[in-house]
Amino acid sequence: MRKHSPRRRALPNIRLVFAGTARFAMKAKIIITPKKAVLDPQGKTVQSALEHMGYQGVVGVHVGKYVEIDLAPGTDRAVAQQALDEACHRFLSNPVIEDYKLEIE
Amino acid sequence: MNFAVLQFPASNCDQDAVHAVELLGHSARLVWHKDSALGDTDAVIVPGGFSYGDYLRCGAIARFSPVMQAVKQFADNGGMVLGICNGFQVLCEANLLPGALIRNRSLQFRCEHIYLKTATHDSAFTSQIPPGKLLRVPIAHGEGCYFADADTLAQMKANRQILWHYCNGQGELTDDANPNGALEHIAGVCNERRNVAGLMPHPERACESLLGSTDGRLIFESMIHALGQKPAALAA
Repeated sequence: MRKHSPRRRALPNIRLVFAGTARFAMKAKIIITPKKAVLDPQGKTVQSALEHMGYQGVVGVHVGKYVEIDLAPGTDRAVAQQALDEACHRFLSNPVIEDYKLEIE
Repeated sequence: MNFAVLQFPASNCDQDAVHAVELLGHSARLVWHKDSALGDTDAVIVPGGFSYGDYLRCGAIARFSPVMQAVKQFADNGGMVLGICNGFQVLCEANLLPGALIRNRSLQFRCEHIYLKTATHDSAFTSQIPPGKLLRVPIAHGEGCYFADADTLAQMKANRQILWHYCNGQGELTDDANPNGALEHIAGVCNERRNVAGLMPHPERACESLLGSTDGRLIFESMIHALGQKPAALAA
């Protein structure tokens, strides 16, 4: 029998609480950026392009990723926060090279 | 020996790895990513390619596939695992190897032959490489720049976990000979237990003189040599 993948274990919790009651749709917004110690050739290239275009005062550019997750209406915010924080750490970002910021709204 | 070669959606060096193992007189079979058991297997090869389209990060999704849970168990039991190119990325994502692979410094996909200098012959992946021998093997990747934080790197050095460095034809670690900007020219590493290794270059594409080099054989021959000294096959 196939084992549940870790992701499938973590996500059902999000929908547990208040499921079925009509609420506003919730979104999780996750911004993933390269760690400062990690080489970011994309950021460097974009920075030098901005400089060549004449934009002044640019002292650093870091190119990352943006992930938006739609949550079921009525999702408990605290439960979602905890589950998604785990998902960010284990899957959506790689803690060796990336930092993330998670917001739920 | 029986080699299991994993096959993910968008693996593209899986058949090459099977071919290389068979050239050396051993058997290899493909194991689909949805399989949750490896069967009777002496060693696992996680091949190159673009598993799951490289979505999110290279290797990030493959890492959670059913077959990788079996590979993790196989490795935890001491089984020998080699990750090549995308396979190296998968093993790093799976925390079976330290560090991570990021976008090449040049931002270009690099497809060319490079030279590898073996950093230690004390491993199941390098024991049969003659001292001083440089390996000429191809690379083909866009995200092969090895990175590990300072603490991890120090620990890897203390444990002699760095297996190969990129070098020039004279064996020097010059900046020009580093095709992707890898930290300290690192091309391949192993875990602390020395049973799991990964490298960005493709030894399976350098096993026949027709392909321009047979140096890649030395890595597979090292694995086969190590397996020959083990008492029994590990089932997983």
